[in-house]
Amino acid sequence: MSDAAILTETRGLFRRKRLIAAALPAIVLAYLIYIFFAFGVPDMIRTADTKNARILVSDSYSHKVHVTRDNRDGSVDVAIEGERKGRYPAGAAPAWVTLGDMTEIDLEDGHLITFGPELITYDIPGYGRITAQPGNRGVNAELPPGDVPDWINASKNRLSITTGAGRLTITRNRSEVFRYFNGWELFFFTLDSPFHGLGPGEVLSRAMAGDAAAIWRDFWTNKMWRHSDVAWAIFETILMAFLGTVGAAIIALPLAFLAARNFTPLGAARFAARRLFDFLRGVDGLIWTVVLSRAFGPGPMTGALAILLTDSGTFGKIFSEALENVDDRQIEGIRSTGARPLQRYRFGVIPQVTPILLSQILYYLESNVRSATIIGAITGGGIGLLLTQAIITQKDWEEVSYYIVLIILMVMLMDTLSGWLRRRLIHGKPA
Amino acid sequence: MADTTFQADGLSQVQDSYARLIRTRRMWNAAMLALFIALLMAGFMTADARNAGGFWDGVTHVFDFPAEVIGEAWEKSHLLPGHFLKYFPSLIETINIAAAATLVGVIAGTVLSLLSTRGLARWPSLVGVFRRISDILRAIPEIVIALVLIFVLGAGPVPAMIAIALHTAGAIGKLYSEVNENASLKPVEGLASVGANWTQRMLLGIVPQVAPNYLSYALLRFEINIRASAILGFVGAGGIGYDLKNAMSWGQGKFDEAGAIFILLFAAIVLFDQLSSYARHRLTTGARP
Repeated sequence: MSDAAILTETRGLFRRKRLIAAALPAIVLAYLIYIFFAFGVPDMIRTADTKNARILVSDSYSHKVHVTRDNRDGSVDVAIEGERKGRYPAGAAPAWVTLGDMTEIDLEDGHLITFGPELITYDIPGYGRITAQPGNRGVNAELPPGDVPDWINASKNRLSITTGAGRLTITRNRSEVFRYFNGWELFFFTLDSPFHGLGPGEVLSRAMAGDAAAIWRDFWTNKMWRHSDVAWAIFETILMAFLGTVGAAIIALPLAFLAARNFTPLGAARFAARRLFDFLRGVDGLIWTVVLSRAFGPGPMTGALAILLTDSGTFGKIFSEALENVDDRQIEGIRSTGARPLQRYRFGVIPQVTPILLSQILYYLESNVRSATIIGAITGGGIGLLLTQAIITQKDWEEVSYYIVLIILMVMLMDTLSGWLRRRLIHGKPA
Repeated sequence: MADTTFQADGLSQVQDSYARLIRTRRMWNAAMLALFIALLMAGFMTADARNAGGFWDGVTHVFDFPAEVIGEAWEKSHLLPGHFLKYFPSLIETINIAAAATLVGVIAGTVLSLLSTRGLARWPSLVGVFRRISDILRAIPEIVIALVLIFVLGAGPVPAMIAIALHTAGAIGKLYSEVNENASLKPVEGLASVGANWTQRMLLGIVPQVAPNYLSYALLRFEINIRASAILGFVGAGGIGYDLKNAMSWGQGKFDEAGAIFILLFAAIVLFDQLSSYARHRLTTGARP
C-alpha cells in the first residue's frame, strides 16, 4: 500500500471515529430531551409544591407545640404536634405558657399572646397589638392602622398571623398558637412518663437507684415514637431478606447441578432446569409479591417467599455457571481414590465452589435487605410499611426522617456485616 | 537408628494431632450447622406467626390466584390484544424511567468513580469523601427517595427516575472505581506530559480502556432498573406498576387486564435480559456467542 493510500485510509478512519464520538453524546442528549417532555417535566415544575418541600424539611428537624383555646367554652389545651399522645395533662403546661383566667403565651423576643375570657391579643414588636373577639359573628379582628402586611391573613371568619416567633390562627370556634422548636420532642419519654424532662445524668442516676426497668419500659413503649414497633419492623425486614436469600440458596443448589453441563449429561433435564430459572427470574419480584400476597396475606412471610422465588432463579443461574467452571482435575483425583459420586461432589466440587457461592449469597443478602424494604411497602410488613404509613399521613415527617435514618443505618450495617463475613469465611482472614 | 524411631514417634504424634484437629473442626462445623438450621427454623416460625395468613394454609392456595387470572385471561382472550395496546404506553413509560435513570445514573456514577479512584482522582485528598457519597447513595433504597419526591413533586415518572438514578449512581460509582483501579496509568501519564487537563486525561486516557467493562455493567444495571421501575410504579410512581395496582384492585372478573399486564411485564423483562446478556457476551469476549 502506498503512503497516500494509507493516509486516505487513516483520514477515513479518523472521520468515522470523530463522527461516532460526536454522535453518541448527541443521541444521549436527544433522548434526555425527549424524556424531559415525555415525562412532563415543565408541567411538573410549574405545579410542584414548594410549600410541601418546606414543610418536609422544617418538620424533619423541628416540632411544634399547639396551644389551643376552644372559643365556645374558653378551655385551653396544650399538646405537642397537636396530638392526643402529646397532650399535657389538665392544668399543666410548659414554662412559656401561663394558664389561668388570662392565659399568657410568651413566644419570646417580645411576642406575647394572651387568651382572655373574651378577648385575644397578640403584641408584635415593631407592629403593634392585634385584638380579636371570636364569636358567632366572626372573629372580629382589629389590626393596627395602616396597610395589612402579607404575613397577616384576615377575613371575617378567619385570622391567621405567621411571624418568626410562631403562628396564631383564629376561627369562630378555635384559637390556636403554634410555637416551633428544634429537635424531636418526646423521643425518649412521653409526657405521662415520670422521666420526661429529666437530663441524661438524672435518668442514669434514677436507673442506678433501681428504676432501670421502669425507664426502659417507658422508653420502649413510647406511644409517640413506638420504639418497640420500629425495632420489630427492622427485625422483620432483615428476617425477610435472610429467609428469602438462604431459602433461595438451599433450593437453587441442587437444581444448579441439574442445569450444569458437566454434571447433567441429559439435555432435557438441563433445559428444563434452565427454563425454570429463567421463568423465576423473569416473573420478577413485583409479580411474585402480588401473587403471593393473595395466598398468604400481608406480612413478613409473604415478602420472604417473594424474595425466595425470584432469587432461586438468579442463584440457579449463577451457581450453575460456577459449577460449569469447576476444575475437573480435583474431581479426577477424588475419583482415583475410589470415591462414589456423592463423595466426589462433596470433596471434589463443593470446596471449589463454596467461596463463589458464599460470596454471592452474602452479596444478595445485603441487597435483599433493600429489596425487603420495598417489598414490605407492598405486602405490608417491616420498616417499609411503617415508612409508607408515615408518609401517607403527610404530617409525621419527623418520623419519616427517623425511619429513613434507620433504614440507611440498617443497610450500611448489613453491608459491613456481609463484607466482614465474606473476608472471614472466604479469605480466612480474622476480620 | 535413633533417628528413625524419633521419626516414627513424630509421625504418630502428627497423626494424632491431625485427627484431633479434624475432630474439633468437624464438631465446630456440625455445631455451626445446627445453630444455623435452628436460626432458620426460628426465623421461619417467627415470620409465619407474624404473617396475616399462615404458611401452611397459604401454600395450598398459591395457585388459586394465578389460576384465576389465567382462567379469566383465557376466557376473554379475544380482549387481550386490546389490553396489550392499552397498556403498551405504560410499559414504554416504565422502560423510559429505567433507561433515563440508567443514563443519568451512569454518567453521574462515572464521574463519582473517577473522583474516588486513587491515582486518578481530581482531588486526591477527597477520595474518601466521594467513596462515602457513593456508599450512602447505594444504601438508600429507591422507595425512600421516590415516596418523598412524590410528596414534593407530585405523582409521576420523574420521582421514580430520580430515585433510581441516585441509587444507580452509587452502585455504578463503586463498580466502576473497581474497574478503574485495573486500568493502566501509562496513557494518563502520556496525556499529562503533553499538557492535557483532568477531563481530557480521563476521557482520552481511561475511558477507552474501560469502556467495554463500563458498558457491560451499565447494561446489567439497566436490567435491574427495569424491575425497580416496575416496582416503584406500584407505590405510585407511574408506569406499568401503577396500572397493575389499579387492575388488581378491580377484583374478580376483571383479572384479564391484570393478566395482560403480567404478560407484558414478563415479556419486557425477558426480552431486555436476553438482549443485554447477548450484548454483554459480545462486549466481554468480543465475539458472537
